[in-house]
Formats: sequence, C-alpha cells, structure tokens
Amino acid sequence: MAHINEAGVKKINEICERYAGEKTPLMMILSDIQNEYGYIPLEVQQIVSQKTGISVAEIYGVVTFYSFFSLEPKGKYVIGCCLGTACYVKGAQQIIDKFSEILGIKPGETTADGLFTIDALRCIGACGIAPAVTINGKVYPKMTVDAVSSVVNEYLEKEGK
Amino acid sequence: MVNIKIEGISYQVEEGLTILEAAKKCGYEIPSLCAFNHGECSNGSCRVCLVEVVGARGLVASCVYPVNEGMEIIISSPKATEARRASVELLLSNHNINCQQCDKNGKCELLHVAGITGAREGRYQGAKTPTTYDQLTPAIIRDTSKCILCGRCVARCQNAHGMGILGFENRGFNTIVAPAENRSFLNSPCIQCGQCVSVCPTGALMEKSEIGRVDAAFKSGKHVVVQTAPAVRAALGEEFGMPVGTAVTGKMVAALKRLGFHKVYDTNFAADLTIMEEGIELLGRIQNGGKLPMITSCSPGWINYAEYNYGDLLDHLSSCKSPHQMQGAILKSYYAEKNGIDPKDIFVVSIMPCTAKKDEKERDQLQVNGLKDVDAVLTTRELAKMIKRAGILFTRLPDEEFDQDLMGEYTGAGVIFGVTGGVMEAALRTVYFVLTGKEHEAIKFEAVRGFEGVREASLDINGMTVNVAIAHGMKNAKVLLDEIRAGKSKYHFIEIMGCPGGCIAGGGQPIVRSCFLPYEDDDILDTYKEKRAKALYSEDERQQLRQSHKNTQVQKLYDEFLGEPNSHKAHELLHTTYQARVGFSD
Repeated sequence: MAHINEAGVKKINEICERYAGEKTPLMMILSDIQNEYGYIPLEVQQIVSQKTGISVAEIYGVVTFYSFFSLEPKGKYVIGCCLGTACYVKGAQQIIDKFSEILGIKPGETTADGLFTIDALRCIGACGIAPAVTINGKVYPKMTVDAVSSVVNEYLEKEGK
Repeated sequence: MVNIKIEGISYQVEEGLTILEAAKKCGYEIPSLCAFNHGECSNGSCRVCLVEVVGARGLVASCVYPVNEGMEIIISSPKATEARRASVELLLSNHNINCQQCDKNGKCELLHVAGITGAREGRYQGAKTPTTYDQLTPAIIRDTSKCILCGRCVARCQNAHGMGILGFENRGFNTIVAPAENRSFLNSPCIQCGQCVSVCPTGALMEKSEIGRVDAAFKSGKHVVVQTAPAVRAALGEEFGMPVGTAVTGKMVAALKRLGFHKVYDTNFAADLTIMEEGIELLGRIQNGGKLPMITSCSPGWINYAEYNYGDLLDHLSSCKSPHQMQGAILKSYYAEKNGIDPKDIFVVSIMPCTAKKDEKERDQLQVNGLKDVDAVLTTRELAKMIKRAGILFTRLPDEEFDQDLMGEYTGAGVIFGVTGGVMEAALRTVYFVLTGKEHEAIKFEAVRGFEGVREASLDINGMTVNVAIAHGMKNAKVLLDEIRAGKSKYHFIEIMGCPGGCIAGGGQPIVRSCFLPYEDDDILDTYKEKRAKALYSEDERQQLRQSHKNTQVQKLYDEFLGEPNSHKAHELLHTTYQARVGFSD
C-alpha cells in the first residue's frame, strides 16, 4: 500500500467507522470515499476490506457495478450523458459522440489536462427533459448536438482557456 | 409438513424446502445448474430450474422458491420445458463450446442439462462476452469463456476460507467472475486449494494438468517413481463408478504398475517420517521453551494462507516439509544412493488430492542441490484420466502391493493424515510413546476426530497437560490464528488443513455431484466426506503397525542415513522455511 499516506489510511478507517453499526455498510462507505477522493483504487478497497471483513473481490464487484463509483481519478468536470431509453431515443448517442469528438476522449475517459471526464449514465430519472446531460450536478435539459460545443466552451472559459 | 401437488399428484413434504428440494424427495429431478448443496451459489442465477406454479405470476425458479400449503407445481408442461430449454440455450449462446477438448468432458453439468432439456447449440447467435484465460499459477486454470456465472465458486471460497478471492465484476453482458481487477490467481492472495474447482459446474475452473509432463518423463527415459497420498485411495474408485467411500488401495497400486511407473510407493511412508520429525520438533519446543503453539505444515493451501495473511506468525509453523516433499527428497538422496541412480535421472510424481501441491512443488525452498524434490503432481482426477486413457478397466484389477523395498512400509498413523485431525492423532500416538515409554492403550484419540470446524482437546500425558486444537478451512483456522496473534492461545500444538474436511475433500479429488452419481443417496454432498474418512480410518484399523515410530523402514532410514530425528542431515533434506508475501502483488 505504498501509494496512500498515513493520513489517507486514517481518513478511510474513519469513514469505515462511521457505519460500524450498519448491517450492510459497504455502499455508504464507498459513497463517502468516492465523494471525498473522487475515485476508489484497489489499495483503498484493501483497507476497506481489512476494516469491514468484506472481501476485496466483493468490494471491487460493487465498485465496477455502479457507474457512480470510479477506479480512476475523474476530471474536474464530469460530463454525465444519460443513455437511458428515453434519452437514447431522443438522440443521446449523437450528443455523447459529439462530446467525445470535441474533447478527443471516449466515454469513461478523462482529458489529458484533467479537466473533463465523459460518463455514459443509465437512466437518471429525468426522462421528461430528455436528452439530459449533467455536469457536476448542473442539469442541461433537452440537450442538442449543436449546443454541445457552447457547453464545453462555458467550462473552458471558466478555466481561462 | 405441508401438502403440495406435483403434476396433479398429492404429496406431503417438510416445510421450508425449496420446490427443487421437495420435488427431489417426491421423485422428480428438475434440471438445474447453479443450484448447489443447500443454496451454495448466487441463488436463482442460471434460470434453468423454471417450473409452473398454479396461480403464480410467470414461471418460478424452483431452487429458491419455497413450497407452501396447497401449492400445485407443474414441471412437465410445454411452457415450463420450453423455458428451461431456452435458458440453457441462452447460456450456450455465450459459452465457448469446444467440449471434446475440454478437461471437464464427462463431468460437465452444462452439457448434462443441455442433454436433459434438449437444448441445441446455435439457436441464439450473437456477440460473446470478452474472456480471460488465466494459466499463470501452477495449480489452477480460470477460463471465463466457459463460465456461466453461477457463483458457486464465489460462495465456496467465502464459506470455506472467509477469503472471497473470486467475485462478480463489471455489469450486465460484461460480467465475469474473477479475482479483483480480473487479476491472475498468481497476483492475488489465492491459496490455490482448488475448492472453487471442485464446485464449478463447467470447465471454467480446472486444475492445470501435468499428465503431459509425466508422459515426457517416460519418453526421455527417466526413472519415474510415483507416490500416492492417503486420501487418493479413498476417492479414486468414484471415478470408475464405485460407491463413495470405497478404499481402492490395491487396485490403485495395480493400475500405477500397469501405467509403467518404475516404482510405486505410498506417501504414508513419509507421513510416518513427518511424524518422527514433527513430533520431536514439538517436544523440543515444549522442553526448550521454543515458539508455541506449533502448527502443522502438511497442507500447502494453509502454508500459502499463512504467508499471505499471518506473516508475523510464521515461526509457529513446523519447519517440516509436507510428506510428499520429504518422500521426494529421500528418493533423490537415500534411494538414489542405494540403487546407484543419479538423482538427476529420477523423476518423482506425486498423486495428490490437492491442487495446491502443484504450486508447492515449485517453491524455491523445496529444492535440494538445485533439484526439485517432486517433479510432477497429478490430482486424483488426473490419475483417473491416465487410467482410462490406458484402457485399464479399473474395477477388474486385482489388488496389488506397493513396492516394499526401502520405503514401502507404512503404519496406520500415516493413512489417517488424509482426514482432518489425522496428523494430530498420528503425532499424539508417537508423542505419547516418547513421553511415557509405552503405547496409548486405545491407540486412537477419539477426542480429535470429527468434522467440527474447530476442535480442541486437553490430554494428560505422563503428568504433562498437552493442549491441542484442530481447524480445517481457513475461516476456522483464522479463529485460532487470531488468538495466537493476540497472545491468548493456550495450545501447544495445532493442526491446520486448508480444505474443509482435510485432504479427503481436497480440491483435486473426484467431483461429487448427485447427477453423476445416480446410485448414491440424494444427500451425498452432505455425507461424502464422512464416507471417505471412514475408508481411511478402517485402513488404519487393518494395519498391523499403527504408530509411526514403529515403522521399521523409517527406523532403518535413520540408522543408515539420517542419524536421528531433527539431525543436521534431516534438516537439510526434510525441513524448510517460509516467507511472508504480499497478497495483491504487481
């Protein structure tokens, strides 16, 4: 566990202890770690395993099952494109493809400058405003392919680029 | 009891049973795949056991659906039979179908249910899940192209060892069963015990075969010596349709001689030798204030577990090599010398109930003068394959004797090594003698027998209280190990075996499945361990010599070659060292 410093280990242990009384604490622990660090690498999963007695393989299974959890650090801005049924029939695939084209990365990847990650989401429950895109919690309803570049520019400008 | 109807006929069955279990009791075998003994799987995952229940919405998975009063079950309707066939066809559509090359050929449950349900390949065509073929360890091959995601291996690793090396990864169509990060078993803290192999319904988890290595040794003109572990004789017959629990020692020897092995020995000889070394080591530790409790070191699965998880306790392990490694070392020294054979020309094959032994023999610590003690390890299953390949009709073989020269003798103490508590009992027989100067009257130590996960006993030997404990399966071992770590262990001597039940239920033993054992009782998965154990205990009782120290050839080996137990030479040949290891290595 060479990559995590002592303070990090302490923090993860502390998060685990928050849910010590819970019957099934894993989702809550992982949520907190995801929120705290932005990703959950194997070293961290091993600490959680030691602390909770849940096997590493099971933890890894949960992390890879839910798209909310990530094994790699994510970008500063996480572009979540909903590909649920309603969004999909309204053209969500073209929208995510456009983001990929402009940023030069595939869904699941992060740009080299660490600014953007594209996530393909399953239904986020916003079918009424399909196709929906979220960026760090901000919702872009009824997205269009044409609007993609101006949305990206909005964040680039924020960063002074 | 509840009243149910199956195909319109009334039955009374116990409450709490699943439809699958209840139907079995009433004389129906519903085809099923994931379902394993008492729900040891990811329940209801394969969808093969679908039946109709009158009034229920849609078909139900009988392996998880409990019976209740007045339930009417229909197994044979076109709706149910077509659904079961479709389930199997869907599994086949994502399966690597190369059955004739598959090592599971003949014992594949997927093929079995495909036959029963009438499923045909190719009805559903489409993409296949990306697959992984892991053959990096010496012991186990994981081929996800054959995996049906039943989850039995996941449950077994967790239930037996509390480790959970395997888990479900990713989602939907990309789901696989793998160690975290889809690593090789080699780079994960897998102990290579093969329990996962023994529950896998298909060829997704298999031992790595070394039959080819043995063939090559014969071809190259080596002097090929074979030795058999005690547990093998208690199960080998099952591969040839003999009842579970039949001891086939004589036929096994006859088969090995017909397979061309130049010498056929019993690892029991080295088990006796182990007791001499380990017994004296234990007494030495007790009398000289050495590290206690001392823990047995015969089970390579357990050794792997200790090195991964209890690196701080390794000095509690007996330094004795496991019996087959001792036998190998003696074959390549004493035996070689006596027979005027260059040790380099001797090829030692061990027939073991174990997959971890394949891994063990590759350890750097188990070489003498650059020569491996053991060159190839075959599981009981692989031996059966060699016997079948040679056209030998096993059940018609006469009973023959092991070769008797130099290392042919063995005692009952050696035989019981194959069952949990056996090494402990064998050691106690000898320790009792050394401390009191006389034999334990009852010979057997009833207190250490049985299948409880953790057992303990306190024995008064010549005024000295000896506290012993036994654990099998790492989940149980952990209890005793954590006590030691906390400084609270009261024991002098602990026996730990990797597999639940000990070697008789090892990962290299014949696969036990009701569907392939039509003449056994339905509860065979609950009783096979006891049946196999009984085969060993009765062989012990038939032996004239039942204490390791009475083995005259072992005595002669000390007189002529080793000196005395724990001598310098004995240490060189028969003892080893351990090394703490990182579980998830890069």
